[in-house]
Amino acid sequence: MDLSSLNIVVLLASLMVAATPILMAAIGELVVEKAGVLNLGVEGMMITGAVSGFAIAVSTGNPLIGMVAAVIAGAALALIFAILTQGLMANQVASGLSLTLFGLGLSALVGQGFVGVVPPRTPKLDFGPLSDIPVLGQIFFRHDMLVYVSLLMVLAVWYFLTRTRAGRILRAVGENHHSAHALGYRVKRVRVLAILFGGGCAGLGGAYLSLVRVPQWTEGMTAGAGWIALAIVVFASWRPGRALLGAYLFGGIMVLQLNLQAAGFSIPVEYLSMSPYLVTILVLVIMSSNRARITLAAPGSLGQSFHAAG
Amino acid sequence: MLRLDKRPTPSKFWNYATPVTAVLLTMIAGGILFALLGKNPFEAIKLIFWDPLFSEQFASYSRPQLLVKAGPLILIAVGLSIGFRAGIWNIGAEGQYIIGALCAAGVALAFYPVESWLVFPLMILGGAFGGWLWAMIPAVLKTRFNTNEILVSLLLVYVAEKLLAAAATGFMRNPDGAGFPGSRNLSQYPAAANNEIFVNTGLHWGGVAAFIAVLFTYILLQRHLLGFHVQLAGQAPRAARFAGVAPARLVVLCLGLSGAFAGLAGMFEVAGPARQITIDFNAGYGFTAIIVAFLGRLHPVGIVLAGLLLALTYIGGELAQFMLNLPAAAIQVFQGMLLFFLLALDVLSNYRVRLARQPAKTDAKVELA
Repeated sequence: MDLSSLNIVVLLASLMVAATPILMAAIGELVVEKAGVLNLGVEGMMITGAVSGFAIAVSTGNPLIGMVAAVIAGAALALIFAILTQGLMANQVASGLSLTLFGLGLSALVGQGFVGVVPPRTPKLDFGPLSDIPVLGQIFFRHDMLVYVSLLMVLAVWYFLTRTRAGRILRAVGENHHSAHALGYRVKRVRVLAILFGGGCAGLGGAYLSLVRVPQWTEGMTAGAGWIALAIVVFASWRPGRALLGAYLFGGIMVLQLNLQAAGFSIPVEYLSMSPYLVTILVLVIMSSNRARITLAAPGSLGQSFHAAG
Repeated sequence: MLRLDKRPTPSKFWNYATPVTAVLLTMIAGGILFALLGKNPFEAIKLIFWDPLFSEQFASYSRPQLLVKAGPLILIAVGLSIGFRAGIWNIGAEGQYIIGALCAAGVALAFYPVESWLVFPLMILGGAFGGWLWAMIPAVLKTRFNTNEILVSLLLVYVAEKLLAAAATGFMRNPDGAGFPGSRNLSQYPAAANNEIFVNTGLHWGGVAAFIAVLFTYILLQRHLLGFHVQLAGQAPRAARFAGVAPARLVVLCLGLSGAFAGLAGMFEVAGPARQITIDFNAGYGFTAIIVAFLGRLHPVGIVLAGLLLALTYIGGELAQFMLNLPAAAIQVFQGMLLFFLLALDVLSNYRVRLARQPAKTDAKVELA
């Protein structure tokens, strides 16, 4: 094994790329959960976004159109979830699971013609002299646009939730849907919009995976990224800033284990590639062990159906 | 406008009618999907649901397959249904299935080539223990640290898959296998082989175990205080606490039981139809079993019927793949749609759908009068 082959600057730069898809999905799910809805279909929406983004990007030759298509595809799948849980009062856990099972099947079906195809390159953003700054430039200023979009998304969601009227209404709906309803807010409308936003974000995250991170289409390529995004929302105590921290922490572990694999670390590959999942579980345990804190942080109506009587 | 009125108690009629309606709707939607894929929808539906059982050409092969595929689905699904009833969501049965198979294969390989009647029962114990152990991780984390069991059990599926790969290519690889991945072939080790009990029926010991599990669960839910606690905890958690139901004990019990059942399913599979540990040993039974549990209304008898039906879609799907060149993933989409329709139609058993032109105003008038 050769540890000197691990370059810390390259590691940090690729950390940002590795974290981006999970960050996008997590920030979307955070808004959904803040509205009081638990959508366990993130994995399904992500992989649907991954395949549709890939397919459209390949057939149009333009990765940006692919990304837009992925947002639409993710939101379309989320719409099914919205109809089931908001319109037809179905159980949210079961509906989310069905979304994941369906999404995995659908993506495999759509993607069978695209295995082994090389997608069009997503260009890196040009920062001019900034990217030539030693160390910092290499870490922060040599990425494609989507990395910065994901950071902007975190900022925008934070601003929306804490500084705008609409964001406060959304939080009110999530904390106590009966009170929000009594105040005259449209609980279901708010929730449907939040669910669609979450689906779009997950779709975009998936497309980033298939178009930039890997970049290739393989069946089941999200490999649990959607579930990890769900865990990161818990880790973040439903705060956008901490979701960023969580995603980057996770990205770091992901990149580190890949680099250790490449460096020929004496542990077999299979055990190293377990580490992201194990670390996610560990982090979940640490975060939720403080019962009082997690109960205070979680939206009060999370996972409950709302049906206005009369 | 349509309006939903909550029923005081769920409708008995729709409780039975929704699964059937959901299956019919899925056939129609599936037909449309197959037509979009450029296949004749009627031929495809017939190939999936009719030919495996009744066609002269295929039935002799595919009829036994029905029990082979339905066995693990039913065994896993009855286990899951107990927890689902109590609001305890073990969605990592796939992982418990893998670990059960690994433990059972481990027992067999440790004894190889000893011929003793003890090997098979020990493998059964090993399989159940492995699944139980894997399910105990989310159970203990839930009860001790309040960690969400949905996420932990699911994440452990990925860990189990990596372990499976490590076993197939590393510590369980066949020493006489010329370096190919995969363990020894257990069907060539008589003491460990899970053969058909009656030739050409497809019934192996896993089917028997599924039958016993169904009986056990039925008695547990209908005749035992524990079953009552399970139902109470799911329907009225607050009332359950006043009635002295210990939530932690229930979590450990439900997850442990479903894990053990899933582990058993893995054991019978690796010793029987799968014959050995390979990298792609798991075929998604643990996830399909979730659909089976819901389609069977979380009721043991319903689960038997649902398990047979989903087994049919597996076999028919393979047939359609072979005959019509229908992609394998189409069946997965088909199964996913089934769950959608089922969840959507459930609204009919819990709510009354009413035609209401201006619900708010008419209500106000009635109140005034």
